[in-house]
This record gives sequence, structure tokens and C-alpha cells, in this order.
Amino acid sequence: MAEAITADRLTIRFGSFTAVNDVSFAVPAGEIFGFLGPNGSGKTTIIRALCGLLRPSEGGGTILGMDIRKDAPEIKRHVGYMSQKFGLYEDLTVGENIAFYAGVYGIRGAAAEARKREVLELTGIEHYLDRRAAQLSGGWKQRLALACAIIHSPQVVFLDEPTAGIDPVARRALWDLLFRLSGEGVTFFVTTHYMDEAERCGRVGYIYMSRLVALGTVPELQRLPLANPPGTTRVQIAIANPSTVLESLRRMPGVREATIFGQFIHALVDSDQLPALKAGLPQGQIEPITPSLEDVFVTLTTRIMETAQ
Amino acid sequence: MKILFRGLVPICRKEALHIVRDPGTLFFALLIPMLQLFLFGFAVDTNIRQIATVVLDESHTQESRQLIQRFAASDVFAIKGEAGSRDGLYDVIRSGKARVGIRIPYDYARQLQNGGTATVLVLVDGSDSTVAAQAVSTSTGVALQQSLAQVLPTGNMPVEVRPAVLYNPSTRSANFFVPGLVGILLQVMTILLIALSLVREREHGTLEQLIMTPVAPLGLMLGKMIPYGVMAFAELCAILLVMRVVFLVPIHGSILMLLLLSLPFLLTVLGLGLVISTRARTQAEAFQLAMGTILPSVFLSGYIFLIENMPPFFRAVSSIIPTTYYIRILRGIILRGAGFTDLWREATVLTVMGCAAILLAARQFVKQGAQ
Repeated sequence: MAEAITADRLTIRFGSFTAVNDVSFAVPAGEIFGFLGPNGSGKTTIIRALCGLLRPSEGGGTILGMDIRKDAPEIKRHVGYMSQKFGLYEDLTVGENIAFYAGVYGIRGAAAEARKREVLELTGIEHYLDRRAAQLSGGWKQRLALACAIIHSPQVVFLDEPTAGIDPVARRALWDLLFRLSGEGVTFFVTTHYMDEAERCGRVGYIYMSRLVALGTVPELQRLPLANPPGTTRVQIAIANPSTVLESLRRMPGVREATIFGQFIHALVDSDQLPALKAGLPQGQIEPITPSLEDVFVTLTTRIMETAQ
Repeated sequence: MKILFRGLVPICRKEALHIVRDPGTLFFALLIPMLQLFLFGFAVDTNIRQIATVVLDESHTQESRQLIQRFAASDVFAIKGEAGSRDGLYDVIRSGKARVGIRIPYDYARQLQNGGTATVLVLVDGSDSTVAAQAVSTSTGVALQQSLAQVLPTGNMPVEVRPAVLYNPSTRSANFFVPGLVGILLQVMTILLIALSLVREREHGTLEQLIMTPVAPLGLMLGKMIPYGVMAFAELCAILLVMRVVFLVPIHGSILMLLLLSLPFLLTVLGLGLVISTRARTQAEAFQLAMGTILPSVFLSGYIFLIENMPPFFRAVSSIIPTTYYIRILRGIILRGAGFTDLWREATVLTVMGCAAILLAARQFVKQGAQ
């Protein structure tokens, strides 16, 4: 089976509000699929629908070939889920949390012991076995949450903003773990707000106002026509004190977007105005660049808002 | 069957761990009902005695003093002093220093001797209706006795009523109120504990995790009910022990039957707690909702006021309050020695209510999981 997760024209309405509008995608087995979008754009709703908790208003989807409309109980047994809140019992120890989730997934006896040892080894949390979850740092809590989420050896794991509020070292450790598991064939569906995390994903989907507006690998997205409107050039401007220049730059003719990246300004400029811009900023060094993922999403979002108006 | 209750055992085990890990909550959950039992058990006494009374004796005769003596001897009135004037009598009652004022007119003795009707004025403060009713009926009784003594000098009464009070011969308030209090205390503690336990999971985000697992709603519900049910049952035994040993309320029926028929009530209040927990978003909200169930249970369950005297609307309300049925079971077994044949209807109603509450909570839970 090639596709681990599919959504086919998935639409979910709550009363008159459409939370997910005509979303289709397919995630092959073993891929780490990144899902981005502003808060409230429908990311969590899609996860809930794919796990069978929500009946789609229209369209459908599959998890490991199982229909999300009909096979919800079976899907739950094969899917792992970890949220930003971790879902840990703070007054229980690491071992008790893992044992609880093993029990909930119906893993008992010797099988439970063996699997518990496996996830402990994998997440490296065995030293803290008898420590209460409340006493763990954010990074260790996150690993424990992952250990609990994969205790039943799921082939598909949904991670809903798993790294919010976690320090960079712990984030990297988690991603190393995800790559290791995906190498073993586990499919990950990860929502995030971090662009660097999105860039680690095999493919990325961007959802905006309930619609999936972009889908592809990071290079594909960077070449997207919508993000690179014809007749425009994306440039990097190296200039002293970029923050003092930014406002006047934004008012110059032909400048569509401008934002600061460290010592540089990234701007989207009408190509025919480029010579004028160069003349206007004699002290700056201007060179064309490919857009960053953030550039792509910002341009996409503004274009969509413009066409909506 | 197995699928319907999936997750019951691990949830049960986890919940027991929560209880053991938090000895503070455990301690207060068990201690506070006990303290309340002591507090209310001793405080509540509806038998009215020693009502503060002032007298205005304008007659100043042997006969008038004899009448005052009779009032004092009834144990209902406590003569606190004499008023100087008629206005003084009203003043004392208005100020709250006395609840009853007795005025014996200056011609009292003369009227008695001439075979006329001697009129004694008894002023009663009606602000507390039970006190007023007791004062009126007792003073009428005193007058009647005094009149009979006047017309029947021999002292032989033509008719005599000998009341024989069954089941609570000394008409002690404690015997009536403490069994009801058992039900109220048990309800508050149980509803609160289970509702808070589920709402805490909602607040901490563990519920969000649980609904993504194959745990069945009924497995979750029953897994929570069993540990808290065991706790409530232990508390019930302790409360009954205090009732028997400290308040000396005799249990006329079978204790085993009492414990057995308490199970349907526990089922209902646990179910009610679960329903509350599906409505409440925060622990504070759950606490308020749980507290909201107390007043109807106190006032409309027959715990304090007779259901028979209520307007039809409130009688209907009282018939959907679980405590109504449990208080009937408690009083039936403890005070009257009733058995299963007398109380199976109450037990059945409670069982049905309990199952309905649990199913409602489970349904609500599934619906919310989808949002």
C-alpha cells in the first residue's frame, strides 16, 4: 500500500461555518508530511476527521486504506496522536504513563513489557522511569508524550504542533527521532508554525481560510507561480541599518513586499522597477534570490486576500 | 461487550493512582462530609422548646399566677419576665427579646368566679412560622386544660387520647434528620469528586488524547465511576457508623439491605457527576454546577419539608430528584425497619435514573469529542 493518508475533497462544516473546504492530498507511507497554516485555519479539524472523530460533511479520506467514515474504531488502533498539550498525567510517573497508554491500547503482559522497553530505549527516557511527569522538563515531557503516542506501534502518527514552546536542542532531538521512525516506515503528519521544521518535511501543505492553497516539496513551493508573480523579482538587499530603510523602501513604486531578515531586506519588486530601485538605493547591494518558505506563504496569503476582496 | 467497555481496567487503575497520589484531596473529601454531619446533626432540632415569653399580669390574683405557672410548666414557654404596660408587651416582641407575650386582664379572676369567659391575650411573633404554630397550639392547650379543671373539679376526663408514636417514640429530631443528611452529604461528595476528575482531564488536555485512543465512552465513564464509587461507599459506611454511635440513631432494618439499596443511589449521583462534567469546561464551572444540585435536594426531597404539602408543581419536581427516593430508602430502613418489598420501587427508579444519566453522559461525550 503506497498511500498511508489520503483526503479526497474533504469538507467539514459546523453549522454555517466551513472549517475545511474541499481539501485533497495523499501522503505516501514513510513520509513526513508538514501541515502549515494560521491558527483556526482548520489544521486540527482535518486531523480529527482523519482519525474518524468527525464525520466529513462532504468528501472523505482513508488511513492505511481504511475509510474514515466507516472504520473509525479500527483507525484509532493504528494511529498515534500527540498534541501540543502532550496528554500526560502529571501526577503519574513516566513508567505509569506509558503503562496506562499500553493498557488503553489493549497491550498486556509480556508484549506490553517488551514494547515499553522498546519505546524507553528509543526515546532515551529510561533514566526517568520513576519520575513524575510533572517533574520533567519540556523536552523530556515531549519525548514521554511521543513514547505514549507510539506505544501501540502505529504506522501513522499525527503530531499537532508538537514542538510549541520547546527549546531548539529538544526540537532537534525530536526531529531526529521522527526521521529514525520514518525510516522504519512510520508516516508522520505534523502541523507546525516553524518554517525550519516545515523545511525538514518531505512535502508541505499550506492551509489558509479552510482551503489547501499550496502543496508540494519545499523547492516546488519556492517555484510556485502564485508566490512568484510574473513580472516580479524577489531580491535580497544588503544594506547598513536595514530597519531605518524599510519604511521608505515600502513606499517606493513597484515594491510589493519588504521585510527584514537579519542584516538583509527581502523584497518582492516589479521587475521593470528594479533599475529605479537600484538607483534609489545606491548604498545597497541588490541581488535576486529564491524565496524562503516564509516568503512563499506570506505572498500566497496576501494574494488570496487581494483576490477575495 | 468487551468493545463497549474498552479501556475500563486501565482507566480504573489510573484513577486509583490519582486518588492515592493526592492524599490532601482524599482526606478532605472524606473528612468534610464527616464534619458537616457533626455540625448539622447537632445543630438541627425542630422540636420547639423554651420560647422566650413575657407576661403582663394585670389581675395579680392567685388564679392568674396559677395560669402563668401552667404556661411555664409546658416546657414550650420560658417566662423571661414581666412587661410594665400593654405597649411594653408589643415593644418586647418587636425588639425580638421575646416571641410570645401573655396579657392576663384585670378582671380574669372575677370572670372565672362568676362563670363568665375570662379572655387571655396571647401575642405571638409570626416571623418564624413553626415557632408561632407551636406557641398557638400549646397556649390553646393550656387554656383548654385550665377550663376543664374549672368545670370538672373531680379531675376525671371523659375522653382521653393516648398517642403512641411508632418508630421514633421520643420524636427526636436527630432520628428524622440525620438519615436524610446521610443522603445529602453522600451526594455532594460523590458528584463533586467525579465531575472534577473528568473536567481536570479536559483542562489538562489528557481528554483530547484519550478520545484519540480506542477507549470506549462507557469504558471511560465506568472506569472513573468504580474508584469513586468505592470511595463513596466507604464514606457511607463511616457516616452510618457515626450516625449510630454518636447520634444514637437506631437502625431498625437490615444494615446489609441499607448498604445494598444505597448502590442505586451511588450509581445515580455518579452518573449525575458525569453529566455535569460533560457540561463544564473548567473545574470552577463544575464546582458551581455540582453546588447547584444541593439546594433542590435539600428543600424538595422531603429532607426538610413534607412533599405532601408542596404545590403540585414542586411535588413533580421532587419526584425527579434522586435524593427524594434515597431519603425514603434511608428513613424506611433506619426508622421503620422497612425491607426490600417496601422499597424496591425506589431502588428501581434510582437504577433507571442512574443508567440514563450514564448513557446521556456517554452520548454527550462522543458528541463533544467531535468538536
